[in-house]
Order: sequence, then structure tokens, then C-alpha cells
Amino acid sequence: MSREMTGAEMVIQALIDQGVSTLFGYPGGAVLPIYDALFQQDSVKHVLVRHEQGAVHAAEGYARSSGKVGVVLVTSGPGATNAVTGLTDALLDSIPIVCFTGQVPTHLIGSDAFQEADTVGITRHCTKHNYLVKSIEDLPRVLHEAFYVAQNGRPGPVVIDIPKDIQFKSGKYEKPRDNQHKTYRPQIKGDLGKIKTAVEMIAKAKRPVFYTGGGVINSGPHAAALLRELVRATGYPITSTLMGLGAYPANDPQWLGMLGMHGTYEANLAMHGCDLMVNIGARFDDRITGRIDAFSPGSKKIHIDIDPSSINKNVKVDLGIVGDCAHVLEDMVRLWKDVAGEVDKPAQKAWWLQIDGWRARKSLAYRNATDVIKPQYALERLEALTQGRKRFITTEVGQHQMWAAQYLHFDEPNRWMTSGGLGTMGYGLPAAVGVQLAHPKDLVVCVAGEASVLMNMQEMSTAAQYRLPIKIFILNNEYMGMVRQWQELLHGGRYSESYSAALPDFVKLAEAYHAKGIRCDDPAKLDAAIMEMIDYPGPVIFDCLVAKEENCFPMIPSGKAHNEMILPDFEGDTGEIIDAKGKQLV
Amino acid sequence: MTQSQSAYFLSDAQPPTRRHTLAVLVDNEPGVLARIAGMFSGRGYNIESLTVSETEHEKHVSRITIVTTGTEKTIEQIKTQLDRLVPVHRVVDLTVQGEALERELCLVKVRGKGDARVEALRLAGAFGARTLDATLNSFVFELTGTTEEVERFIRLMGVVGLVEVSRTGIAAMSRGAEGMLEAALPDGAQGR
Repeated sequence: MSREMTGAEMVIQALIDQGVSTLFGYPGGAVLPIYDALFQQDSVKHVLVRHEQGAVHAAEGYARSSGKVGVVLVTSGPGATNAVTGLTDALLDSIPIVCFTGQVPTHLIGSDAFQEADTVGITRHCTKHNYLVKSIEDLPRVLHEAFYVAQNGRPGPVVIDIPKDIQFKSGKYEKPRDNQHKTYRPQIKGDLGKIKTAVEMIAKAKRPVFYTGGGVINSGPHAAALLRELVRATGYPITSTLMGLGAYPANDPQWLGMLGMHGTYEANLAMHGCDLMVNIGARFDDRITGRIDAFSPGSKKIHIDIDPSSINKNVKVDLGIVGDCAHVLEDMVRLWKDVAGEVDKPAQKAWWLQIDGWRARKSLAYRNATDVIKPQYALERLEALTQGRKRFITTEVGQHQMWAAQYLHFDEPNRWMTSGGLGTMGYGLPAAVGVQLAHPKDLVVCVAGEASVLMNMQEMSTAAQYRLPIKIFILNNEYMGMVRQWQELLHGGRYSESYSAALPDFVKLAEAYHAKGIRCDDPAKLDAAIMEMIDYPGPVIFDCLVAKEENCFPMIPSGKAHNEMILPDFEGDTGEIIDAKGKQLV
Repeated sequence: MTQSQSAYFLSDAQPPTRRHTLAVLVDNEPGVLARIAGMFSGRGYNIESLTVSETEHEKHVSRITIVTTGTEKTIEQIKTQLDRLVPVHRVVDLTVQGEALERELCLVKVRGKGDARVEALRLAGAFGARTLDATLNSFVFELTGTTEEVERFIRLMGVVGLVEVSRTGIAAMSRGAEGMLEAALPDGAQGR
């Protein structure tokens, strides 16, 4: 069935047919026809952001918390270039995004026209795929293809650049079909023979550990359910990357906490000392492996990933299985029953004894204070006071992000939105806007640092306009805390430009944005202040003044291995820990 | 326990590199070459030779032949990174499949008089090059051969008055009856 309509109308019709109810955007000259089409319908809600980077992060928050595709609409030139950071963020964290960019009319392309940029050229490296639509006949196919490509295989951002004359032109619209790309067919089912080998390896192992990542979240809630079933059936320990938090419940005894640079002692030593590592939907990122030539030296490694290029990229593995996590896990759960009897129970008991020894080291312990709020304490209280609620957390990037990952507990997938791969300061506030739009009735907290949050502070206006009751919980230590920590560890405590000077009065800033401002610097009053934040029906900026020079530990220093962590009770000179070679790393 | 194959040994020694010829089938759509070239530059891989042409006009499919050098690990990465590009249908490593046929064509202009001119023509004859153009003091030769033959020919022409060289880069194909799409899929390939 095909209908005659304009290019702009096709964009809206395609959104409706793809089940899109919300899009994030900012108008401009080259997308006016699409905005005109938007004006004349009620099916799709447009959310007006205050900066295009905010639009993409909001769409990311929306997508990651709902499992749907996040949709963005921006104009040509600066509209598109402002979106680039968000697109790169979505690429590194594998978030499905479709971003429409306006373009100057086709006859002006290449003439350095007003607000012209080579959008497909610029975004080629920060999208999974992109399109410049030069003919109205191609538009319906490209619209649906973009949604297909964004969601299938390893998800990612897709840009559709539509020149203004194409938006005005009339053509025949086509409804979406099942396989919307003529050749792109990612492998979903894993090789059964290899999956069989994998479960046999797990059954025979003496000290296995599951290491899971964002791929499990991307695969959907069903994948998380299957992961729980498999891990519980085997009885072995599980740890996860920053991106994978929530796939396995943090209150479970088999959960070791997050691993990696700021992971727990037990998670990292289990990774270092295991004899079998089962990587499900993670990618051996450098924040995880530390020094690569000393990474888990005695283990066999299994890697399950939907992206064949992830396998053997950073770490050579013994068994690579290409497939979608949920599909592979389904087979693993089924096949596990055949080999479950072979598990070496005494070895399993010994492995847990060893892990319990590491746990007893209490790597997340910190010295609390009565005269100042410790950031860890603030998050522990936030956790305690929001337990049992349907709670979504977004973060900015830095120390507060790592503390949030360590001290907040996630028992369900899709509740934790953070910029992992790209580490984008300014992600958390707009992401919270997107999450709140997807979950209007639930509690959405953005754990922020005072420096990061200022990078996209303008999105408070968006929150105000749409009456989104997001809670911005700022751990304010008046430093770019992670930069300051690295300067302490690597550069002799010379805090070059890392002090957050001339900060705004966040309470007044909140009020300026029609929100509520709360400030707290007294541990004794913290609980009441947090409750005031939670109970307030509108947006809140909470300025939590915390200890200024607290370091984020445990930490695997640059250039060191998992078994060379700095623990919170380290008493020596922190400036002596990292050697010259390590100082060159990031 | 036996030593795991996956452990990285503490060694700065660089593993040996090897030259591979890859045949890549792609949708001939705008920007596809930029995508491929950008993947190589963005990830720090080398392109030694690149040849592109549409080979199936009705389906708009192009065949790209890429010659690249890297360690075994790098070559594996290049192949999987190429394969995940949306317009790429298929990546075949002709070097792994067996000794592939590889040819390139070069055009060489030489200028000279007297003995040098005679010698140029004699060498061209010895290499089996065709003479495409001749004037009283110049020749343009065409030679098709392996990269090594072409290199040797150009080197020799340098002595007898080389002016200009134009080369096509490598076109390659596996030997035997099997087509490249009939070959076994590499591990993890999408098979589309």
C-alpha cells in the first residue's frame, strides 16, 4: 500500500509506523517543513531541548531506559555538528538512535551555503551508518532501513540527512517491511556446537567467573532473566562492567560488584585468579583489563558477542561465540542441564572460600566523618532512602559516576544510564530528561558532579517546560574530582585548572529554572534533605557539599594489573604508585 | 593446568607481519569507499593498494580489492571491521584461501634518444609490454603483471628515461573452479 505525500510527511508517517511516540529536537531553517508536518498531527510528541547535544543524550536516556529507539531531529550545519558528541556517545555505548538532520537544498550542496556542513562526512565515523537522501524515491526505504539498522545487530546511532527540497517534494510512501535492509543480516543465533563446548568448559572449570556487560542490557530484559537463571544454576560468581549493571541483581550473594579500574577487590581478583572467564556481552575495554599483558594470565576465556569484531580485538580468547546474548543464553541454560552433574563441588566451595577472603577485605569501606559529608556516605543514604522504589539513575562523568556505580545497587536492567565508552561530561542531566519522559511516574535521579552538570545545565529549561520532576543530585566537591585525583596520583598534586572556581549558587540556579534548590553540608541533616528532594513533585537541584579531596578507591592504577589495586586504606604516598610508563596512559 | 593459549606473554617482541589481499563485495552507494578508507585510517591500518569497480551493474555491487599488511591479529580485525560495515556484503581473504592470482596494469612513459631509446624498446619487448604510443623521442608502454614484475619493469625504465608512471593497483582472484561466494564463511561472518 502506498500513499502520495511530501518528504516531510513521510518522516512523520515513518515515525508513526515505527511506533515512535516521542522525539527530541530543535528546529532550524533546514528542517522547517518537518516541523510544519509535526505541527499538524498529534501522534508524535516533540520535546524541545535547549541544545542539540542534549537532544541526543535525552534520546539515549529514553532508549536505554525503555528498550526503544531514541529519535532526534535537528537542523543542518550547527544543528548537526552539535549532535556529534551525542552520536559518538551512542556509538561507543551501542545505543539505538535515529537522528534526522536537515540539509541545505540539493542544488546548494557543496556551495558552502548558509548552515551547510558535510553532515554525512562528519558523522561517518561516529554513527553505525548514515544516509544522505538525494531523491524522494529513496526516502521511504531509507527511513525504515535506518530504524532496522539502528536496532539490529549491535545497536547504534544512524543519521538520515534530508535536504530541504526533498522534504517539500511529493512521492509515494511505503510501509515498513520485515527485513528492511537488502543485505544486512547480523548473526543472532550462536553456533550450537560452540555453545555446547562453552557449557562443558564451565562444568569442568574449578574457578570460573562470569563477566557480563552492556550487551546483556541491549539484548533486552529476557537476556537478563536468562543470565540470572544460568548463573544461579551454575552457582558461580558474577561481576559486570559499568554498562552491564542491573542485569544481575546487586543484592544476590553470587554478585561480586563491578569490576575494572574502580571495581571491587573481589571482582578484580576473581578475574585475575580464575581458570575460566565467561564474557557475555562485554568487550575487554581498557578500563576493565588494566595492563593487558598481565590480564587474567591463567584463564581460558569464552567471549559471547553479537559483534564479530569485538572477539579477539583486545584480548585473545579461546572460544568466541557470535550471537545475541539472549539467544545464546537460552541455549546455554538449556544445555547446562546436561552437564550440571559434572560440576566439581569441592572446587566450587574452595573458590567461594577464596572469594569470601577477598570480600572480607571490604574494598568499598571508607572513613566516614561527622563534620563533613563523605560522597560515599551521601550515595549510601540515597540508596537506603530510595530502596524499594522504581528508581532510575543517570550520571555525569567522573568520581561521582564511579561512586554511584559502587554504592548504588541495581537489581533490574535498564535502570542505570551512564556514559561508559565515551565518558561524556554533560550526559546525565539531558539523559534524565529522556528517562523521565519514558517513565513519567517513576523516580529519576541524576547523580552529578558540579563541573559535569554545568556542561548541559541549559536542559533544566527543558525539564521545567515539560514539568519533569528529575532530581539532580550534585556531589559538589568544588573540583573536577577525577582530574584532581589523577593530578594527585600522577602529577605531584599540581592541580592545574581542576578547581571549579566561580561556581554558581546552585540553589538560586534551580530557582531561576523554576525548580527547587536544596543545599546540604551536614551529615546529620542529609537524610531529611534527601527525603525533601524525593518528595518534591517537581524538578530539584540538590547541592550536596561533600569532602573536597576524597579519592575514588579502590583503583587499578594506569599500567597495573588487577592484582595491583590501591585500596581505600592505603596509607603511603599516592604520588609514588604509578610508574613512568603508567603515566603515559589515560 | 596447561598454559592457556589466551595469556599474553610479557614480551615487547612484535609478531611477524604478512601481506594479505582481501576481496570485498559492497553495495555501490555514495560514500562506501570513504567508509572503507575511513575505517583503515581511523583504526590505524595500512592500505598498500586499493582497486574499485562496479562488477555487477544490475545489483549495483562493487568489488574492492585491498592489499594490506599486518600481524595475524590485525588482519583478523581488519576483516571483521570491514564485515560489520552495513553496505559490505562479504569479505574474503584471498591470501588465506591459497595462492591467489594477482595482476596489476601500469602505463609507463619514457623519453630518450639513441641507445637509451633502443634499449627501452628492447626491455619492453623482453617484459612483454605493449607499446601504446610512440614519438621520435618517447614511448608509452603498457605492462600487465604481478606487482613484482611491474616494480622491476619500472625500475629498469628509470635507467632509460622514465618520465611518468600510472598504476591501477591490484585485481585479484582465487585459483580453481570455486567462486569467492562459494568459499566457506570465516568464523563470525554474517553470511549475507
